This record gives sequence, structure tokens and C-alpha cells, in this order.
Amino acid sequence: MRFWRKVIAITGKDAVSEMRTKEIVPSVLVFALLVMVIFNFAFGARQEMMALIAPGVLWATFAFAGVLSLNRSFVLEKEDGCLEGLMVCPISREVIYVGKMLGSLLFLLIIEAIALPIFAFLFNLAVLSLQMVVITVLTTIGFVAVGTLFSALAVNTKARELVLPILFFPVVAPIIISAVRASGLALSGEPWSGLSPWLQIIGAFDAIFLVVSFLVFAFVIEQ
Amino acid sequence: MKESYVARSGLLGLSFILLVVALYLVFIYVPTDETIGIVQRIFYFHVPVAWVAFLAFFIVFIGSILYLWKRESKWDIIASSSAEVGIVFTTLVLITGSIWAKPIWGVWWVWDARLTTSLVLWLIYVAYLIVRAYAAEEHRGARFAAVVAIVGFIDVPIVALAITLWRTQHPGPVIFQGGLAPSMLLTLLVCLAAFTTLYFLLLIQGISIKNGEGETKRLRELCSWGYNKGGE
Repeated sequence: MRFWRKVIAITGKDAVSEMRTKEIVPSVLVFALLVMVIFNFAFGARQEMMALIAPGVLWATFAFAGVLSLNRSFVLEKEDGCLEGLMVCPISREVIYVGKMLGSLLFLLIIEAIALPIFAFLFNLAVLSLQMVVITVLTTIGFVAVGTLFSALAVNTKARELVLPILFFPVVAPIIISAVRASGLALSGEPWSGLSPWLQIIGAFDAIFLVVSFLVFAFVIEQ
Repeated sequence: MKESYVARSGLLGLSFILLVVALYLVFIYVPTDETIGIVQRIFYFHVPVAWVAFLAFFIVFIGSILYLWKRESKWDIIASSSAEVGIVFTTLVLITGSIWAKPIWGVWWVWDARLTTSLVLWLIYVAYLIVRAYAAEEHRGARFAAVVAIVGFIDVPIVALAITLWRTQHPGPVIFQGGLAPSMLLTLLVCLAAFTTLYFLLLIQGISIKNGEGETKRLRELCSWGYNKGGE
């Protein structure tokens, strides 16, 4: 239980810092909106076209927004020397991983909770269903599971803004594919049984990479 | 030093002989496939090259785990040399596959399961080299690259699963279903042996270059240290 108390302390620190500075959530939301607008320019606005490309647009938007917000998560720590502070705390590296991961998960879920209705409004689609919520939450867990690890890694390289997306996108490819397919099925009114192979892949990815990232995180932030 | 030179020369000779035999078998000995035609011969290069790419990345995975565990730089040198060879071979897989695809499917590239998986694999290991190059210090780059290699290798089966469920067009495995004539199987096996030997030759060559680089760096630091000391 002491493990979780420390984890909550780190997540809470991130939440308080975000509430005071408002550096991540508002700017990433504006960015997500911009991505949707650009996709609209790219594909035109015909309704039948929209229904066809909507899942792809949605997940491209969330993946870009995710990479942006994950990047900020460790850049802030690095800029203010906060990471050194965390490193000298009497806590294990795994606590830092889980705490930062939950913080990023919280921010991304808030961003998606606001972006999804905007998406439904702009693209005139009924995307708000229990199925969509489950797909979004599961996929976002996958994003932050590997994203937190890579963000901590990228922040210690020379071209940090570049390194994170180069690492992040190929590795999350399977869950982006699965999320796009599952969302497409959910939008066309498919029952849960039709979605289950895709949800299984996302679930397996989440479980595997939560464990792997948890195990190797200490190597990434070590000085 | 002497033994490693002998071993390398032996490997060089062996892979040279095997590759010449492989060329003879592929272009002269083996009959042309009746349904696919002449372009089927590329299969004898395509399959062994794909196998070597996978073997190379498996070695990267093992080397990376051992490096993080033991912290001996030799494991990192093995892993990074193997990654370089692996990327070259994955590139060859994509190129030979495209040459085959053009006459058979009519296009250079389709977003088929195995093609897409190979491309994602290629991207992951390019990222591996980029991370290593962009790290501030060398030992950090080695550690980061090892983490990327572990995550990337575990990711590959999931990528393959997701993409296969998504779409597949690539011909299925015919080798183990007895769909291959004995002469074709023989040619394939010789090619496999030839390319695997070539892989080990390139790996050892890469390792010795990296060792040489490390040694040069050490000597240079020693020299400049001695020079500064003498100047005081």
C-alpha cells in the first residue's frame, strides 16, 4: 500500500502543477482541434466520406495529441531540475514510472473526453457510445504505457522533440490499427462480439507493455 | 588477434564459396517455376535474407538484455553491430520483395501484412540507431538503445498479429507443407547457409571495427592527456 501512496503523490504533484500552469491540456486540445480541421481540408466535407474516414482521423488526432502531451510530461521535469529531485527521493524508479504514467493517462483522458464530443459535433457522427469509451480508454493506456518510457528516454537525448515520435509511432502501430478498426466497427453499429478480436489485441498490448516498461524504466532515467 | 584473423578469413572463404555455389544453383541448376516464371528465382534470395534479418534482430534482443544485465560493453557492441546488419538485410527484403511484387501483383508495394510488418520492423530498428546517435553520452546511448531493442522485439509479434488480422495478400509458407520440389528445396537450403555465413562474417567485421574505434578513442584520450601533462 505504501507503493500506491507514493505513486499518488507523484500523480498528484503533476495534477497540481498542471492546474496551476495549464501548460498541457489546453494547448494539446487546441492542437487536436487543428489536426481535425486539417484532415477536413485534406479529405473534403462530404458526409459519406466523413463516415468512411472518421475512425482514421480520430486516431491520427489522438496519436498526435498523445505524443505531444507525453513529450511535455518529462520536458517540464527536466527544465526545472525536478527529475533530479525525484531521483534523490527515497522511492524506487518504478514508483516514478507508475506515477508519471498515471499523470499522463489522466491528462490524455481529459483531452480525449473534451475532443471526442467536439469531433462528434464537427464530423456529425454519433461517436459517443460505451464501445467508443472502452476503445479509447484501453488504447490510451497503451499509449501512456510505452509513451512514458520513451518520453523519459527522449528527454535525455539531443533532439528530444524528434526522438519521441520516431520511437513512439512504430511501436504503437498495432494498437492504432486495432483502435481504428474497432472504432470503425463500433460506428457502424457492430455488437461487442465483432469488436472483441481488436479489443483483445489492445488489451494484450497494454498488459505486456505495462510490465515491460515497468521493468526497464530504471535503465532509462539512471544518470 | 591472430586467431580472430584466421577465423575471419575462414568465414570469408566459406561465405564466398557458398555464395558462388548459391548463384550457380539459383541461376543454372534449379528449374524455372512453371506458374510464376523466371521471377520466382528471387525467392531464393528473398527468403534467406528475411531469415537473416530476423536472426540479426534476435541477436540484438539477446545482446541488449545481456548488456542491461551485465553492463559489459561487449554485449552492446554485438547488439549494435547486429542491428546495423539487420537493417541492411531488412532493406534488402523490402527491395527484393518489391522486385517480385511488380510483375506478380502489378505494383511495387501493397499494404499487405508481411510487407507492412517488415516496414514497421525496419522503422523500429532505424529508431534504435537514431536514439544511439542522439544520446548525449555514449554509455547512455547504449542503454537507451538496449531498451528500444527490447521493447521493439517484443512489439514485433503484436504488430504481425494486428496487421495479419487487418489484411493479408503475401503467399503463405510453402516450405514446410511439402510444396517445394527437391531441387528447389536444395537451392533454398544452400542459399540459407550462404546468407547465414555472410551474416556472421559481417557481424564479426562490425564488432572488430567497433573495437578498433574504441581502442583508437582510448589511445587518443591517453595521448591528449599526456600532451597536456607535458605542457604544464
